[in-house]
Amino acid sequence: MTGRRRGRRRSVRVRKAGPRLLSPRVFLQRHAQVALESLGRLYRNRLTSIMTAAVIGIALALPAGLYLLLDNLHRLGESWNGQVSISVFLKGDVPAPQAEGLAARIRQWPEVAALQLITPAQALEEFSTRSGFADALEALDENPLPAVLIVSPRSGYTAPEPAAQLQDRLRGLPEVDLAQLDLEWVQRLAAMIDIARRGILVMGALLALTVLLVIGNTIRLEIQNRRAEIVVTKLIGATNAFVRRPFLYCGLWYGLVGALLAWLLVIGGFRLLAGPVTRLAGLYHSDFMLDALPLTSLGALLACGVLLGLLGSWLAVGRHLSAIEPS
Amino acid sequence: MIRFTNVSKRYPGGFEALINISFHMEKGAMAFLTGHSGAGKSTLLKLIALIERGTRGQIFLDGENVSDVGSRRIPYLRRKIGFIFQDHHLLFDRTVFDNVALPLVIAGYRHQEIGRRVRAALDKLGLLSKERLYPITLSGGEQQRVGIARAVVNKPMLLLADEPTGNLDPDLSREIMQLFALFNEVGVSVLIASHDIPLITAFDYPVLGLEHGRLVQYAAAGA
Repeated sequence: MTGRRRGRRRSVRVRKAGPRLLSPRVFLQRHAQVALESLGRLYRNRLTSIMTAAVIGIALALPAGLYLLLDNLHRLGESWNGQVSISVFLKGDVPAPQAEGLAARIRQWPEVAALQLITPAQALEEFSTRSGFADALEALDENPLPAVLIVSPRSGYTAPEPAAQLQDRLRGLPEVDLAQLDLEWVQRLAAMIDIARRGILVMGALLALTVLLVIGNTIRLEIQNRRAEIVVTKLIGATNAFVRRPFLYCGLWYGLVGALLAWLLVIGGFRLLAGPVTRLAGLYHSDFMLDALPLTSLGALLACGVLLGLLGSWLAVGRHLSAIEPS
Repeated sequence: MIRFTNVSKRYPGGFEALINISFHMEKGAMAFLTGHSGAGKSTLLKLIALIERGTRGQIFLDGENVSDVGSRRIPYLRRKIGFIFQDHHLLFDRTVFDNVALPLVIAGYRHQEIGRRVRAALDKLGLLSKERLYPITLSGGEQQRVGIARAVVNKPMLLLADEPTGNLDPDLSREIMQLFALFNEVGVSVLIASHDIPLITAFDYPVLGLEHGRLVQYAAAGA
């Protein structure tokens, strides 16, 4: 009862202030109406709308998907960066007791935090269970695998240079056949990721421009199609803002729907990749798994789409709408 | 309501559409604007509705000098005017109701208010039963009446009509003119451009006669 009375009073106030000052409620109501109207218009021409949205979706999905892939690679690199280790392969003829003695000696080194000795027998067992070559290995007369020392440097020695010095010192030992620093490929991976990130940035910028052009062109055609309507509404006293509004919403919807399509494409692509990647990771003794698009990234993707849509339609509207005046 | 002082309109290319026009139409008056096609009737109406801008002279609308008003103000001035076109300029992808509601939507009326006013206007023009139809399904006379409903729904102070009966038979034309007279009786100023002399002489309203861009005949309101 009171609500209705208040509503009536407000409508009286609006009329007094004149039609130029809209109450916030009428303003929002009108925006919601225009937004739904433009959505309905897109739905009525759904085939062309979907095709346009698909172009936008693909253009957004490419950089988004690649960025995500890179993000996963980066995560992979980081998870290994923390545990730098040097794999020291001993010569095949080093007997087991001597290997154990060497391991005990190296453990005393000030640079070394931890050391794990993998005897040839252990290595063989692990290899046969993980690699699937169990049958082939059984056929061998003797164990071809050497003993391996996994040396983890102390925290002050994990940086590339001291780690490399430690690697040299290990390599110098007479029992050692090969000392391999796992850090190297991690660093190379990081460098490659940096390059790829730049590339994706450039590609993303170009594709964003593509989205702008596609939306701008679509809105331009839409403006041309609705020329008569624009002229009539202007004759009846429509402001430029009023005429502009449905086109801006149109661009917004294109951007939003395009971003949603991009999201679906990325999710689909990652579903396709997830199986093989997990299998590959399994071969590297890793439980690494591809992370699908997290919700924050989804938000960023949608915001990107909406912004590009608005910007594209804004550019088109600014260029073409002012040219249409009743005559 | 409308005052022209020495107004001229020259189009790019040198064509003089209106030459030194001066007249004054009182508030609440009704008048006809006549002349052969090309005499400048449409141009004069377009100057009032600010669709065209004059080259020289001054135009007053409801006491406001609109000769050099900024483009941002034009939409608000146009809302004071109801414009009726010969080809009625209806939007064919919208229902009769939505066509008539357009000026109210533009002016930002509340939803309930729009429904009330649109139905009142349609009722006045005998179109209430057609509100859900699309203009394409209506006859020429009905389409013109939808155009009139759209022009009056916002309760403008001034109605401008450019050859409103151009495509209608004599009976329908008379009917439409009587509608304008009705609106004039409730205080709306009305200016109708028409070259249908028999129709004009059937009504007793002042006549502005244009010939080659010059005002050759002007009988004051009430004459």
